[in-house]
Amino acid sequence: MPAAILARLALIEARRGGLGWLALLALVLGVALAGFLSQLALTESRMLQAAVVAALLRVAAVFLIAGQVVASVRREIDDKRLELSLSLPFSRSKQYLARLGGFMALGVLLAVLFAVPTLLWAQPLAVLCWAISLACELALVAAAALFFAMTLAQLVPALAATVALYLLARSISAMQAIAAGPLAPDNVLQELARYALSAVALLLPALDRITRTDWLLYGPPDGASFMLGIAGALLYAALLAAAGVFDFQRRTA
Amino acid sequence: MTRDERPLSAVPALVWSVLIVALAAQIAWRALQAPSTPQAADLPPAPSAQALRLASFGEPNALARVTMLYLQAFDSGATNAQPYRRLDYARLIEWLDAILALDPRSEYPLFAASRIYAENADAPKSRMMLEFIYREFFVDPDHRWQPLAHAALLAKHRLHDLPLARRYAAAIDRYARSPDVPLWARQMQIFILEDMNELEAARIMLGGLLASGQIRDPAEARFLAQRLKDLEARMGQRAR
Repeated sequence: MPAAILARLALIEARRGGLGWLALLALVLGVALAGFLSQLALTESRMLQAAVVAALLRVAAVFLIAGQVVASVRREIDDKRLELSLSLPFSRSKQYLARLGGFMALGVLLAVLFAVPTLLWAQPLAVLCWAISLACELALVAAAALFFAMTLAQLVPALAATVALYLLARSISAMQAIAAGPLAPDNVLQELARYALSAVALLLPALDRITRTDWLLYGPPDGASFMLGIAGALLYAALLAAAGVFDFQRRTA
Repeated sequence: MTRDERPLSAVPALVWSVLIVALAAQIAWRALQAPSTPQAADLPPAPSAQALRLASFGEPNALARVTMLYLQAFDSGATNAQPYRRLDYARLIEWLDAILALDPRSEYPLFAASRIYAENADAPKSRMMLEFIYREFFVDPDHRWQPLAHAALLAKHRLHDLPLARRYAAAIDRYARSPDVPLWARQMQIFILEDMNELEAARIMLGGLLASGQIRDPAEARFLAQRLKDLEARMGQRAR
């Protein structure tokens, strides 16, 4: 099972690199900050804590996964370990997907860890939906980070591209709403901009529809919209994985 | 996670002293710039709801609540005898409007509007806030009747405007149809016409809210209990 070994290596590297401690630190800081802010609230103090913790931990989880994947892959390339693994007797697609599987498993562990404190303020079913959704979102981020780390030559551009894709995916719906709003001028340029935004949106996942904090505040989502949201995230992760395998097949070293 | 290092004694004295001086300078610099409570005039124009939504990066619920904390810091210093009195209420209402648009299910903006900003001793400003609460009530009467009920009491006891209080009470009676709305709230018009003082009315309202389980948040229960105590103290002073 060489693929399983590669996946396990990704988890071992994360543990030895201190990712677990960083995750715990993010968790403690998030809960502490939310606790402080809730002391200032006149009402909805519990909702404020849930919303702030969920928002902070979601961003922290994405940053940790993206940083871990990009740094790990770049180190593997710079140390020429990738060249060594390419000489191993199993296919390139298996190698790529095994690595991705390891990073996705890391995302699941982070999602479970970060969902635990939200149980203090939200219903268990809502927390379960949030955790599953976060795991899918982290799988997508891991796939994006792996793709950019393999295709772009340097660490900073790879990390920047991953973060940019993520932030754009989370805000594209708001941009479209602004472009279609009543205050937008009605001219050809505006019309072109609107079409351009719609075209960009077609190439992005709808991250504003998943891992929603309002599930924790107002109750779990309905089954259909929840399934549609995570299916969209997994579909995009599959697209990124396919693009990554395509590029990896063409790689010379 | 570990790395090979030389002992601390290997660091030259000059580097030590530069590090210590730089750290001391940073601490002194920040100590001189002690943060001050934002004043009323510091309240900037409200961003549009769409701009806030864009800035939230898909977390409108968290941003709405944190923005409320930011907003309530203006003109509310501990040494300020009359907090919120100098605020530009037109601007304040724009902020509350934008926050409500960000998370329409949050009760925080209308709670603050009725329990803090509408209690302003400046009658025209109080009226502006009451009208804002009245306008927003119609968006979701079944969930927004509580601020309007308090607005009715303020209109009667603070502004001494009985027709206004009755208009608010009638709106609750007519449009709040949820079974969660208690009977006393539906019969607010009778409640308004009763010859009782502000303290009695507030006691009945708060008691009713607590008894019906409408107040679940500990911070809100604490805040309302404190308000009731303040009111009792004020009425006591007036009686003496």
